Amino acid sequence: MADVASKALQAKEKAEATTPAEQTRPGLVFTPAVDIFETDKELTLLADMPGVKAEYLNIDLRDNVLTLDGEAQSPEGPGETDVVREYRIGNYYRQFNLSQVIDQTKIDAELKDGVLRLRLPKVEAAKPRKIAVKG
Amino acid sequence: MLLRRVSDWPRWGWTNPLEELERMKRELSQGFGRGLWREPTAGVFPLMNVTEDKDNYYVRAELPGLNADDLDLSVTGDTLSISGERKLPAEDENAQYHRREREAGRFSRVVTLPAQVATDKVQAQFTDGVLTVTLPIAESVKPKQITVKVA
Repeated sequence: MADVASKALQAKEKAEATTPAEQTRPGLVFTPAVDIFETDKELTLLADMPGVKAEYLNIDLRDNVLTLDGEAQSPEGPGETDVVREYRIGNYYRQFNLSQVIDQTKIDAELKDGVLRLRLPKVEAAKPRKIAVKG
Repeated sequence: MLLRRVSDWPRWGWTNPLEELERMKRELSQGFGRGLWREPTAGVFPLMNVTEDKDNYYVRAELPGLNADDLDLSVTGDTLSISGERKLPAEDENAQYHRREREAGRFSRVVTLPAQVATDKVQAQFTDGVLTVTLPIAESVKPKQITVKVA
């Protein structure tokens, strides 16, 4: 994986979210970049949400729809004026349909350095089980 | 690895007419309260916002998932260099990916500030995936009040 690690990063403009629901809050809304992967036991979601503090992040799961809603707080002080502005600060919003049956009581979320790590364990019934066939 | 100097920032001593025009355009747009919006240039990472107040320049960049150890910052005169690597830790090898949008890789960027900074007083802070570099403007370039003595 050495070639992957040494790849030069390219800046991408944050993608503005196209939410099905109308916005009632002021400000811009972006779609966070995510990684989603699955193992036998759980589904893991990683989302880049720089500038969002844990208390401003809402995670909601109902009817198999997972909603991430984070509000980024501007780190800029009141007395600062712009010199150059290349990126915009706003909120993050994204919804996912979960096909797997998730054990809602065991969901675990961690927000560290602007990255959300959400563990969604599958319910026992949904985990593949090996069935021993007696001869 | 990419190395690019942001040469179109306002800088004293430059008399490129096109640059001057750009500067005027920026000042105009600022006058209309829209701030300075610069289209991100291709091949540059990370994107940066630069602000200033009376005493400092503030350079900010969104670098989610990075640690302070992954970053290399240096300052000389009016130039700030940022380089580093974004690593995404390897997950379970049996993991089956549904989406993979986050990217890893190396980056390097050099920015020129509008004036000299006090290089020994530069501070950097990393909060919630946002890097803030505070660069105090050098005393020698700050405007000074001159009192006129009455003879």
